[in-house]
Amino acid sequence: MSTTKKFLYVNRKAPYGTIYALESLEVVLIGAAFEQDVSLAFIDDGVYELTKGQDTKDIGMKNFSPTYSALGDFDVSKIYIEKESLEARGLTLDDLLDLKYEDEDDDYAEKDSIHVVSRDELADIMDEQDVVLSF
Amino acid sequence: MKYSILVNEGPYTHQASDTAYQFTKAALEKGHEIFRVFFYHDGVNNATRLAVPPQDDRNITQRWSELGAQHNLDMVVCIAAAQRRGLLDEDEAKRQGKDANNIAPGFRISGLGQLIEAGIQADRLVLFGD
Repeated sequence: MSTTKKFLYVNRKAPYGTIYALESLEVVLIGAAFEQDVSLAFIDDGVYELTKGQDTKDIGMKNFSPTYSALGDFDVSKIYIEKESLEARGLTLDDLLDLKYEDEDDDYAEKDSIHVVSRDELADIMDEQDVVLSF
Repeated sequence: MKYSILVNEGPYTHQASDTAYQFTKAALEKGHEIFRVFFYHDGVNNATRLAVPPQDDRNITQRWSELGAQHNLDMVVCIAAAQRRGLLDEDEAKRQGKDANNIAPGFRISGLGQLIEAGIQADRLVLFGD
């Protein structure tokens, strides 16, 4: 299976109201083993998936947000957040997890995985993909 | 064209499962190839052979089984999603120490890698969900 395709995972839902965010992350982690060109997008309430300081103690659910910090180790380093969705919810980059990856083409320098993009830019990113999985 | 189908919602609750079936059937009738149908999230519930819908309604699981048999479809149920929701085949039931299994004919349980492969191998991956 030598074909490399561009995969985009679009995350649209808040982290704990439904199972979509958790099960989307499970696909991303399994998919990472296939050495495809992977990107993640977070739009609408999906931007809440990346907020820092998540505490699920009182709702009896597992806080899976620390797993996002491991994505860099799985070579998942292109994470796009839609600017309009962030702004509509009164969020800024400071409210989000600090996701990093080591760039092997740049002497393993640590770089930011998160890129805030406009709705128009995200449309172009989607247009470039071979496979779009929307959760 | 070679399609893969992803079914992300459960039967009867949500239109997605019906639309996925209609699309798959129509694509086959037009001579297209279906590489795989993958069931994820509540979509795994499409594969239970224990559902008993009213007789004057469609039987969604049986409909998939029949279409699968007719066209030799590869219908894969995600194991992680299935385990959460109580969908087991004979092997899984034994392995997990459960006293029953409920997978309908024509479906098989496997991993999420099968979904990624479905995306890689098909010309189009078409997702039916919310």
